[in-house]
Amino acid sequence: MPDETFRDEAEVTERGVSRLGEDPSAPVADAFAEVAEGELEGPGLEPEQEILTLNMGPHHPATHGVLRLIVTLQGERVIDLKPIVGYVHTGIEKSCEDQSYWKVIPFVERMDYLAYFFNAEAFCGCVERLLELDIPPRAQYLRVIHMELNRIHSHLVGLGTTALDLGAISMFWYCFRERDTILDMFEMSGGQRMHTRYFQVGGVFEDIPVGFERKLREFCEVMPSRIDQYEALLDRNEIFLRRTKDVGVVSRERLLELGVTGPLLRAAGEPWDLRKSPGYLSYGDFDFKVPVGTVGDGYDRYRVRIAEMRESVRIIEQAINGLPEGPWIADERKYVLPPRDELSTSMEALIHHFKLVTEGFRVPPGELYYSVEGPRGELGCFVMADGSSKPARVHFRDAAFVNLQAFRDMCVGGLIADLIQNLGMLDPNLGGIDR
Amino acid sequence: MEIERGDSFHARQLRARDMLRGDLEGRDLEEYVEERLLTTTLENALNWGRANALFPLTFGLACCGIEMMSMVTSRYDIARFGAEAFRASPRQADMIILSGRVSIKMAPVVRRVYDQMLEPKWVIAMGACSSSGGMFANYAVVQGADKFMPVDIHVPGCPPRPEALLHGFNKLQRLVRGKPDLGWRQRYNAVGTEEWARFETGEPTPEAIERAARAVAPKHSETRPPDA
Amino acid sequence: MPDAPGLELIAQGIDDGRAGTVIETSVEHGKATLIVNPDGVLHALRWLRDTEGQGYRFLSSLHAADYLPATPRFAVHYELLCRERVERLNVKALLPDPAAGNGSSPFGDEPLPEVDSCVELFPTAEFQEREAYDFFGIVFRGHPDLRRILMPEDYVGWPQRRDFPIGGEPVLFTHNEIEAPRWFE
Repeated sequence: MPDETFRDEAEVTERGVSRLGEDPSAPVADAFAEVAEGELEGPGLEPEQEILTLNMGPHHPATHGVLRLIVTLQGERVIDLKPIVGYVHTGIEKSCEDQSYWKVIPFVERMDYLAYFFNAEAFCGCVERLLELDIPPRAQYLRVIHMELNRIHSHLVGLGTTALDLGAISMFWYCFRERDTILDMFEMSGGQRMHTRYFQVGGVFEDIPVGFERKLREFCEVMPSRIDQYEALLDRNEIFLRRTKDVGVVSRERLLELGVTGPLLRAAGEPWDLRKSPGYLSYGDFDFKVPVGTVGDGYDRYRVRIAEMRESVRIIEQAINGLPEGPWIADERKYVLPPRDELSTSMEALIHHFKLVTEGFRVPPGELYYSVEGPRGELGCFVMADGSSKPARVHFRDAAFVNLQAFRDMCVGGLIADLIQNLGMLDPNLGGIDR
Repeated sequence: MEIERGDSFHARQLRARDMLRGDLEGRDLEEYVEERLLTTTLENALNWGRANALFPLTFGLACCGIEMMSMVTSRYDIARFGAEAFRASPRQADMIILSGRVSIKMAPVVRRVYDQMLEPKWVIAMGACSSSGGMFANYAVVQGADKFMPVDIHVPGCPPRPEALLHGFNKLQRLVRGKPDLGWRQRYNAVGTEEWARFETGEPTPEAIERAARAVAPKHSETRPPDA
Repeated sequence: MPDAPGLELIAQGIDDGRAGTVIETSVEHGKATLIVNPDGVLHALRWLRDTEGQGYRFLSSLHAADYLPATPRFAVHYELLCRERVERLNVKALLPDPAAGNGSSPFGDEPLPEVDSCVELFPTAEFQEREAYDFFGIVFRGHPDLRRILMPEDYVGWPQRRDFPIGGEPVLFTHNEIEAPRWFE
């Protein structure tokens, strides 16, 4: 029974060539065309010149999630590549239309599941701008701290799994050791290791608890030496250098045409970072550099991510040193829950609480696109409000979804082993791609 | 053991003499042997081996996959239970941990990979999304992996802590060894309170209670000698 | 973002090239929006990209929205960014629904709204237009490979339209367990 219920998308025609379930008479616009005309196939060809279509299926140890790649190989060289996504498509954007704005935040956090605070910030920031609501400075600093911790976390997981694919398994263990420290801190502030729903429209849910600052300072002291350890593992490792140097280079102009942002673009030499230009929250108060590469190969992407981790530690240090006192969420009772001690004394607070919890706040009609700099690039959120308590449309411009278009350019012409390395350095996150 | 039996040394000596002469028969002989030897059947030994060396399949789908990866790392070590060798090929794996939401596009793939695994195989549905669709009650997510494949253990959480997954894994190990944990209905003497059992009247019927008790009775009991 | 007078100048410039393209301009919540006629989308985007002094060469996002029950029903948003001046501009193309008034549900072979594809202007639009097609049924004329990207290839229906049901199953409570089919039935 399973074999009938699941039909491969690649149907084999009588010429033995795999097409992608398209109408066989429709013209195809890539290397398949040459194959279809029989130029490169046939008896009398050497085995190295034959074309092989390989399906690196959704279940694969090296695809960082359920990404399906249809790779056309000639020998070991990749001549064409088609990514097929959608295997973890969850319909989050459609589900969000059915929830009140408060309830959308946990849904939206689960899109790019390594950068959950960024998803929450993109959505909360967008709604705050639609409401013209200002966030108190303490909340801005706390948001920056959590987002930079999340950036370090995402880079650690990405680098760890990439190194795992290349065979450097030690890096994986060490990266996850730091990741557990970061998750301990998230658990202190938000109650859960991942998807903490800590960011709310108007600020953050609660103030940081008592031990958080001490633990954070310890982390900031220890982390640079840990990053030195990662560099000592991979920086001058001959195997790593041979696999990543000059591999997967795409020119800066082509990357900009393809809409790629984030560490991939910065590794190619373009100093574009949304935290600096135009800046948002309180990033303007901090002094940090944006690491930029030169060549744009896998090694540069690795170096840019390591350097970004160092800069993130600096930002967190400055933020925790300069953390202002004050409220951690805006005071606007129409959108923000009143503090619980008021509920027993003030009738109005009780009514506000009731309305906010049962129905949610209403956002006046309007639509807005707001973007933040996520660990993979520009993470944008489009919210269309129609005046009711549920958003009419929530759409995320996910960085990995757009960056995946560059994957073909990175891999074509290289070896299949380079494809694995490129996929790691592309750092896709299938939850964000598929949403 | 002799101390528990409360026998005198003289009685034991007499019984030993009887056994050596071949005079102990039937029940006496069995009891004599059981007291002195660690009896085990091959099945028990095999199950013990299987439970302590389960090879999970690498099947990280979404956020739960990251917590599954962190269960492999040194803080929540799964290597102490013998399952750190995650195999990528379904032919070599015993167990599949469905970590993440199963979308409608992925469900046939999961089923196919499950079918390619060799018997005996077990399934842990990790997280709320693979147990029951989780928070995503929409067109794109299969509402629970047990709609299309049998699941042995459901681990709740979104995502479950690695310790929770390890707890579920330990339950699976007990299941593999043939001594599954009692469900809560047996523990709290609530057999017969299932929805289907009290559908008509609202009270559990005697037939329903009996049917439920039979359904959950353990297959082999430690106290019964094996098929004597 | 270009401010309101600047936006008017932009609208004027686009209209000079091809009259009747810009329907409306608006600035709200700090964002500038140009509402254009769907036939003039390519002209507007090319003007914004290539004119000296404009240079909106980066397409941040292309997404679609469904404004049911308002007409025109669909809109395709192009979020443009000029990286030199760090200015964002939103171009919105409003598309009427050709199947409106037929009483058809969002399944089957109803006629689909169409707009020109901007892939040759902005190659980044390739996946994003496929996504808009997948979820709303908006056909982009001239797209090299328009097929579903996130839903299964043979899926019928346009999921993110407002009249598409959200799906899922009813949650089993005590009050509805008589009607809801249980797993053992």
